[in-house]
Amino acid sequence: MLTTQGLTKRFGGLVAVRDASISANAGDITALIGPNGAGKTTLFATVAGFLKPDAGSVTFGGRDITGMKPHQICDLGMVRTFQIVKPFGKLSVLDNIAVGAYARFPRRQDALAHAAAIGRQVGLGGQLEKIAAGLTVAGRKRLEVARALATSPRLLLLDEVMAGLTPTEIDEIVPIIFGIRDTGVTILLIEHVMQAVMRLSDRAYVLNEGHLIAEGTPQEVVREPAVIEAYLGPGAATRAQSFASRNAS
Amino acid sequence: MVRITTLALLLAAVPLFVQSNHLLGLFIGVLFSAYLAQSWNILGGLCGQFSFGHAAFFGVGLYSSLILQVDFGWPAPLALVSAAVAGAVAGLFVGFVSFRYGLRGSYFALVTLAFAEILRMTASVVSFTGAGSGKYLPTRLGIEHLQFSKSGYFYFILVLFVLVHLLVLAIQNSRLGARFAAIREDEEAASALGVDVFRYKMIAILISSAVAGVGGCFYGQYYFYTDPHIAFGAAVSIEMLLAPIIGGAGTLFGPIVGAVVLRVAAELGQSLTGGVPGFNLILYGIMVILIVRYMPDGLIGGLRRPWALMRRRPTAATG
Repeated sequence: MLTTQGLTKRFGGLVAVRDASISANAGDITALIGPNGAGKTTLFATVAGFLKPDAGSVTFGGRDITGMKPHQICDLGMVRTFQIVKPFGKLSVLDNIAVGAYARFPRRQDALAHAAAIGRQVGLGGQLEKIAAGLTVAGRKRLEVARALATSPRLLLLDEVMAGLTPTEIDEIVPIIFGIRDTGVTILLIEHVMQAVMRLSDRAYVLNEGHLIAEGTPQEVVREPAVIEAYLGPGAATRAQSFASRNAS
Repeated sequence: MVRITTLALLLAAVPLFVQSNHLLGLFIGVLFSAYLAQSWNILGGLCGQFSFGHAAFFGVGLYSSLILQVDFGWPAPLALVSAAVAGAVAGLFVGFVSFRYGLRGSYFALVTLAFAEILRMTASVVSFTGAGSGKYLPTRLGIEHLQFSKSGYFYFILVLFVLVHLLVLAIQNSRLGARFAAIREDEEAASALGVDVFRYKMIAILISSAVAGVGGCFYGQYYFYTDPHIAFGAAVSIEMLLAPIIGGAGTLFGPIVGAVVLRVAAELGQSLTGGVPGFNLILYGIMVILIVRYMPDGLIGGLRRPWALMRRRPTAATG
């Protein structure tokens, strides 16, 4: 459904994303993981049209969308959420979601009805009339998902929707994400909460300092020495291995 | 809708009870201020693009209406339409040069301010505007010339006032209004959700400046005269943005409340001080400081909060 070919994004002398080729298969939940500053959000922003790539291409549903504007990409059926949530603070939760719904339903009644249904789907049904600025962190994260989902996407890009949530709140949002996938929406997500990545994703890519260093099932990638070293520092993989073998003997 | 209709009907009865021309003039002034405030509110309040030079669009409408009637013999109703068009063209130009290059916030405000100043200075030197001595409209009473008695002018501005409020209400209850609000709250999030930010800002400034242009035409028909300072001066720009900010930008009734407060304060100030020139500006300044400090959402927002608290209290007690 989504393929990037040799995607590169530079900021001055810093190469935030270097030659990244990833793909998200239809119906899958694909995860993008990596330490802080690895370039995950930059890769997202480049895919969704917020940044122009310096090299490479983005193909979505068989169509080259490199360099398109975010709103055009949204019209084609790909939508992103923001890691730092961006609620329309003075609007009600329902009106927030309706902005997304209007992308598919030009008439007000239809948009509001669709928005209310999406609100209930993500568990905001009881807070539709609340002003968005008054939501809790967990509520804002859900609102971020709801607004994006209301645009009826084929591909949903979720940028750390679990960051800052308590374990209970994470347990609540995981089934919501599965539920979205089960309605036929393909999902590409960035996540730091490894426990959630292991449970949610079918495939995972690991990004470090702008490079892709591993890909496979989540169970595979967490065993890769390069991944362990990216998270824990050079030499960590061998130390972990010797530690494990010493314990085994 | 109901509230606007009620307000319109109440106001329509005013000339039946108010005989004093001075008082009727005050009503006309308030309605006119509210009309212009609502024009600013479409771009600044609904869409969040603060213009500091809305006089530009008002003035372009005013001059084009007078010039077309006086020098080209156009009938007044046609001049009214052309004032809307001229305002819109000026608005689209300013919008294009600013929004195309992503200018927002204070940068956009400065561009509009500069544009109004450029027009003011240009109008003071070129001949077809009458330069510094201004432009006069000859008196020709009659509805076909859009010139009326005092109560006639009252109904003229009342019609414009009602129309602009119905327009704002229609925008608020549509996809257009939702997208304006999304742009005002967060442009990046709006564009992620499929809103073409540039296009919708252009629509906002188009509507707003066309409305301001018609306001300019009304001014010409009512006062029969303009000069560069009246048309493009900072005083108009400031009054157009103060009323919505004091009343509550982005709300339907905020601009009306703000216009009433400003006009009444100015009138009271005049009578209390025996007409010291510029006293109303001092009052405006004090009001703005107080409002921005204590009611950042304007009078409507500031009064709504305690009102909502008062209404919530009984349910909170039972729950």
